[in-house]
Amino acid sequence: MRFSGFRIIAEALTGQKGWRPLWRDPDPQPAYDIVIVGGGGHGLATAYYLATVFRQARIAVLEKGWLGSGNIGRNTTIIRSNYLLPGNEPFYEFSMKLWEGLEQELNFNAMVSQRGILNLCHTDAQRDAYRRRGNAMILAGADAELLGPDQVRAMYPFLNFGNARFPIKGGLLQRRAGTARHDGVAWGYARGADLRGVDLIQNCEVTGFRIEGGRVRGVETSRGYIAAGKVGVAVAGSSSRVMAQAGMRLPIESHALQAFVSEGLKRSIDGVITFGAGHFYISQSDKGGLVFGGDIDGYNSYAQRGNLPVIEDVAEGGMALMPALGRARVLRIWGGIMDMSMDGSPIIDRTSVEGLYLNAGWCYGGFKATPASGYAFAHLIATGTPHPTATAYRLDRFARGHLIDEKGAGAQPNLH
Amino acid sequence: MLIPHPLLGPRDAQEFTYLGDASLIDRPDGMADGAEAAFCDYVYLRDNPAGVHRELWFHEFGDRSWLVVTRNTVTHEILGAELAADVARRGR
Ligand SMILES: Cc1cc2nc3c(=O)[nH]c(=O)nc-3n(C[C@H](O)[C@H](O)[C@H](O)COP(=O)(O)OP(=O)(O)OC[C@H]3O[C@@H](n4cnc5c(N)ncnc54)[C@H](O)[C@@H]3O)c2cc1C
Repeated sequence: MRFSGFRIIAEALTGQKGWRPLWRDPDPQPAYDIVIVGGGGHGLATAYYLATVFRQARIAVLEKGWLGSGNIGRNTTIIRSNYLLPGNEPFYEFSMKLWEGLEQELNFNAMVSQRGILNLCHTDAQRDAYRRRGNAMILAGADAELLGPDQVRAMYPFLNFGNARFPIKGGLLQRRAGTARHDGVAWGYARGADLRGVDLIQNCEVTGFRIEGGRVRGVETSRGYIAAGKVGVAVAGSSSRVMAQAGMRLPIESHALQAFVSEGLKRSIDGVITFGAGHFYISQSDKGGLVFGGDIDGYNSYAQRGNLPVIEDVAEGGMALMPALGRARVLRIWGGIMDMSMDGSPIIDRTSVEGLYLNAGWCYGGFKATPASGYAFAHLIATGTPHPTATAYRLDRFARGHLIDEKGAGAQPNLH
Repeated sequence: MLIPHPLLGPRDAQEFTYLGDASLIDRPDGMADGAEAAFCDYVYLRDNPAGVHRELWFHEFGDRSWLVVTRNTVTHEILGAELAADVARRGR
């Protein structure tokens, strides 16, 4: 079933009776060549690229709940490639380029909207740091512009320019950044993978690995044993739990991150804005809701909900930046579980078990990475070598001292 | 979350900062054989369990003591707290 303008008109004229489910709901086969654990954005994208770009067959995605029930459907939808370090920036820019062609490729409306992200700076030192970051971005082929306070005022006149403690001194703008419909991305990849014969198996929790002679042979699941030539794990906040079943301890802590949405309001915020003097960011959804968030809660959690102190902190950050926010009513708050790594950067690598691959450590920023993460993980699983933009994301980098620590915060996950 | 401080009674978790797994009390011996590998595990690897977790909290906006708090990471229920100094002396 292809989507097109013609199709929509035809369906409208015939009572919308021709639409079909976007993917099959198959029972698991006894064996696959490749099993991907986790039906979030990264797992689905991996399966899609394995089946398309890398021409692999007999692939299954095993998801313990329903597709998109994890972080892929819980995030605040920001996509961007404004990183500093050489291990990161080329990867995120690769992801940005994949976003730019994603909807055509998938024939699916993921509402990719390049509305721009503006990181505000409030001190001279912060402006210098943004200048450096912008230059690093441009070197990696991304776009970046440093704005002065007048240019920021022209874009967003309602910000608190008169704030004595946190004066707005300008900002770093990436125009190609923006937002995408988060669960639309999951659905698009799921449909694309299903169309190429990938079995998407829901309500199928992986409960163990069968490992013989240092090689993975298959996975134990809530729906029985499934044999597999190769197994790729992409379970985000559950990474430590799942890999513990293979006897591994990871450089990861799981933490809760909350998101907030207000009632629908008239269009006022065109792009994404981040506050530089506290942790607060905001955008406006196409339905008009203000979508905002801030820091992780800061202690180990698998609860998929947070607590009041961070809600207060986010509200304070929002009020310092945009006092008009105080008039908006919050409609919904929810949480997701972040796989916070020890240097704040991800892992896409082989493991000590032959045939078992790991994709984890995305912290609070893995949505933007979805296309490149899937592509790079598929590359690794299919070819045995890392994708050129993902060579730094090794599991042994912690032992070797080659950390990718954007914030310079050290091995303290709640500070990244 | 309310943390039952052994000396001060129930205190708001907001008064504390969080460090992480209480196994961080057991710092490896830097002079022992295999110290490099032991330190790598100590600094970077965590059990990160879903369920009961013993963890270090610092009463920064209070009496500045370190506590070992036992907490369920799935429900956020706090099951107990003791002074980290007592835990360290006792050996774990
Ligand atoms: C509130 C919030 C805001 C965020 N904002 C942004 C943002 O603006 N920009 C950005 O780039 N990123 C953001 N993120 C981060 C981003 O959402 C995640 O990094 C990313 O979605 C993680 O990859 P995923 O989609 O594969 O994860 P998930 O969707 O969580 O997928 C993992 C899947 O694995 C499944 N699973 C777990 N255990 C098992 C098992 N044993 N067997 C089978 N399946 C299992 C889970 O059910 C889940 O569906 C945000 C996250 C949250 C929670």
